Amino acid sequence: MASRLMWASQAASFLRISLFSRAFSTVIKDLKYSDTHEWAKVDGSSVTIGITDHAQDHLGDVVYVELPEVGANAKQGKNFGSVESVKATSDVNSPVSGEIVEVNSELNGSPGLINGSPFEKGWIIKVKMSDAGELNSLMDSEQYSKFCEEEDAKH
Amino acid sequence: MALPQAIKAGLPCMNLLRMTAVPILEQLYLEERLLRTSAENWCIINHGTSLPTIVMGISGRPSELVELKPVLRDQIPVIRRFSGGGTVIIDNGTLFVSLICNKNAIPGLQPYPHPIMSWTGQMYGQVLHEFGDFHLRENDYAFNSHKFGGNAQSIIKDRWIHHTSFLWDYDARNMEYLKLPSRAPKYRSARSHVEFLCRMKNYVPSRTTFIEGTIKSLGGHFSIRPFDLDELEDNEFDLTTPENTRSLAKDVASEKDDIAGTRNCERVYRWSKKDAHDASKDEKLRMKSAQEEGQSWI
Repeated sequence: MASRLMWASQAASFLRISLFSRAFSTVIKDLKYSDTHEWAKVDGSSVTIGITDHAQDHLGDVVYVELPEVGANAKQGKNFGSVESVKATSDVNSPVSGEIVEVNSELNGSPGLINGSPFEKGWIIKVKMSDAGELNSLMDSEQYSKFCEEEDAKH
Repeated sequence: MALPQAIKAGLPCMNLLRMTAVPILEQLYLEERLLRTSAENWCIINHGTSLPTIVMGISGRPSELVELKPVLRDQIPVIRRFSGGGTVIIDNGTLFVSLICNKNAIPGLQPYPHPIMSWTGQMYGQVLHEFGDFHLRENDYAFNSHKFGGNAQSIIKDRWIHHTSFLWDYDARNMEYLKLPSRAPKYRSARSHVEFLCRMKNYVPSRTTFIEGTIKSLGGHFSIRPFDLDELEDNEFDLTTPENTRSLAKDVASEKDDIAGTRNCERVYRWSKKDAHDASKDEKLRMKSAQEEGQSWI
């Protein structure tokens, strides 16, 4: 077990991902994170948004994604859609405000992409950010890892 | 109206709203509004619903889950609720219990589907273990391997709802309106609706026993405050975003629009709060009359 952890830690460092030992949920460096477990990948004024590995792990198998309409407005901290898993709908909240310019329609036929590839193929929406200052209220990968550890430790 | 119970020291308050025969669409509208706009904890209990109604989860598609021809022929309402989960057909033999909680209301409970359902399963287990071999089986409430309670959840930023339709009794003929679902729990083992389900009344002495037991079990976690529908102010809990609860009458009709009489099936239950209140009041008068004649309401 100790050697497995050491190997995982070295691999993680090489791949620029971080692992926290308790649950082995993946956290990607260079992304921003909300306290409701969404991630944001910033590319100029365009932001790609999804839910984290921690979130998908706790939710269970995603069987349906309620996507917003392109052109709708997202507001920081407010829900823009939802995912269904284990008889539950769970809101997905936007880490930033702005216009929704693209939705991942692949999720209509393959909602499990959120479980299998939460940071890549499982992206949910893209937003044209209206206020870059909102990024300052989001966590970086280290802060988010610690947030998840503290949250799991409370329960 | 019962006097408010003394606030139990250290326990969060839970409003207890009891209703009778309020239409399920109205109940779901109310629940969605309370989930998203109230800051309080709620327990909503509704005895039966006025008409047999099919209720689907948010991702349900009528053509996949419902026998469209008989549903249209018999004008059975079909509703989409805002929570997840499968399809049920409910009637006046159904007991509804819904719990709406702030995410910090239960110490140590993570606001995710499995932990919430584990907690509610334990809570109901305290009520029902003496009446049968109660289980939370793959997210259903069951005696042995027979389901009597279907539940669903919706989790938002700081709150969640867990609502259950309990089969106190049911009309087996109504099951013919439902197809066998493609997504089914393993323990169902391809059984038909009638072989898979059971009636609570065959296990529990009375509805009152179950309801009062549930309230007592909740009382171990909350300070219960009785609440009357009349106390809700007009527009007090109006949503600022569109509701996810809605009638699917038009969807069902459009999926089978070659059947004559679709115009008769486009019934949208937009009951006002007054309509729901009047229906509940009529039912209470009927119950009172029945009791005075020596009939018991169980």
